[in-house]
Amino acid sequence: MRYMFLLYGSDGPRPEFGTEEYHQMFQAYSEATSAMAEAGVLIDCAPLQPAAASTTVRVRDGETLLTDGPAAEIKEQLGGYTLVECADLDEALKWAATMPAARDGAVEVRPVIDVEVPA
Amino acid sequence: MGDLEVAEDAVQDACATALARWRDDGIPANPRAWLIGVARHKALDRLRRESGRREKEAAAMRDLSGREAAEEWPGMPDDELGLIFLCCHPALDPSVRVPLTLRSVCGLTTAQIAAAFLVPEPTMAQRLVRAKRKIRQAGMSFRVPGPEELGTRLAAVLRVVYLVFTEGHRATCGSELVRGELCESAIRLARALARLLPDEPEVTGLLALLLLTDARRRARVDARGDLVLLEDQDRSLWDRSMIEEGEALVERALRAGRPGPYQLHAAIAACHSGAVSAAATDWREIAALYGELIRHEPTPVVEANRAVAVAMAEGPAAGLVILDAVGAHPQLARWPQLHIARAELLRRLGRHADAVDAYRTALALEPPPAERAFVARRIGELNA
Repeated sequence: MRYMFLLYGSDGPRPEFGTEEYHQMFQAYSEATSAMAEAGVLIDCAPLQPAAASTTVRVRDGETLLTDGPAAEIKEQLGGYTLVECADLDEALKWAATMPAARDGAVEVRPVIDVEVPA
Repeated sequence: MGDLEVAEDAVQDACATALARWRDDGIPANPRAWLIGVARHKALDRLRRESGRREKEAAAMRDLSGREAAEEWPGMPDDELGLIFLCCHPALDPSVRVPLTLRSVCGLTTAQIAAAFLVPEPTMAQRLVRAKRKIRQAGMSFRVPGPEELGTRLAAVLRVVYLVFTEGHRATCGSELVRGELCESAIRLARALARLLPDEPEVTGLLALLLLTDARRRARVDARGDLVLLEDQDRSLWDRSMIEEGEALVERALRAGRPGPYQLHAAIAACHSGAVSAAATDWREIAALYGELIRHEPTPVVEANRAVAVAMAEGPAAGLVILDAVGAHPQLARWPQLHIARAELLRRLGRHADAVDAYRTALALEPPPAERAFVARRIGELNA
């Protein structure tokens, strides 16, 4: 079963590239995702640009409406995702707890619905 | 939320004791009527819903596991312990864990569970549906957690096993209505947990508590099918082997030096089991155990029980001081049994006007009919 970890960071700005904080964050995520890759559960993972860089699309009555910013204003920032393949929720939760975001933010574990994706 | 059941049990304990005292005073009325009446109503409700329970239970299992159960969760239907851990999973909302276990493991009806949790049946049904949907959609497994997770998952499981037992135990109040099966399934679950976790004193304590309580089952119902209070039970009917096992378990648990609520409840039960009669019961020890229990379960109901034990050990004045303090709790102040127990102690102290006031307060809180009759009669006696 596939699970998507939605990685929510704390309020503040993310560390700048090249800083010591950035390096530490990068290291922490590398360690966590390497362990998942070694265990064979990791499918994909990536950080996301800040919510301010997002555009939200809604189609209403055939008309496409675009809004600047995320779909829902929440306190935490969705900062990245991890897609894993696990036997069950318990295994997924164990891996989710290893994500650095779990320590200073939150990790939302969402089961992924299996659908046929057209080639 | 789960404290409700404890509260109900404790109420019965306290009232049973208080009522026994009233009888000792030579009051010709039948002070047990209200208790028996309440219990019988519950049992009848349950009996009416009983038909078709097995079928519904099987349906619930199918429903809970989804259509793919056979492939995804082999052995699931037999793995009661795995199922109970699933129903108590921390990924589920705490308020639904006990109801879900009662529904899926023990086969209680949604109506029964709703009644126990004092919510409308559709509300409970919706909660259960939501929980089952989450289990299915989130890919939650039926399995006993590994050692590293077990600790955090255990408290909820113990609570559930206890509630399953009290549900069966309280139903034991009519010869044709005895529902030992729930008690037995709770004991079976407790034994399985005790095998799994032999060094967890609370698990041992829970098993001890269930055995010591269930040992009295045969003595709890008379030939007419009425509930027999602890004080009046024919103690020769008590199951000695269960008592011996329970006593040994509670001693072993307490030796670990990590007392908890189940061990303390079990120790209180052992005080009763070890006494040849109600009069010979060590009420001082029971009062002390309730005092220790307060530290783990700081509820006014436990304190009310302690008050009754203190009254038995040291006289009504000492018990009254504690009951008066309990009555200051806004929720407990609406509990008619508290006022009846208080009135009884006041009466014994010769404070008849105060006792009448307390009986009237109890009446105003609309106690069950049989109890109302008893209180009205008592007011008449004191005013005569």
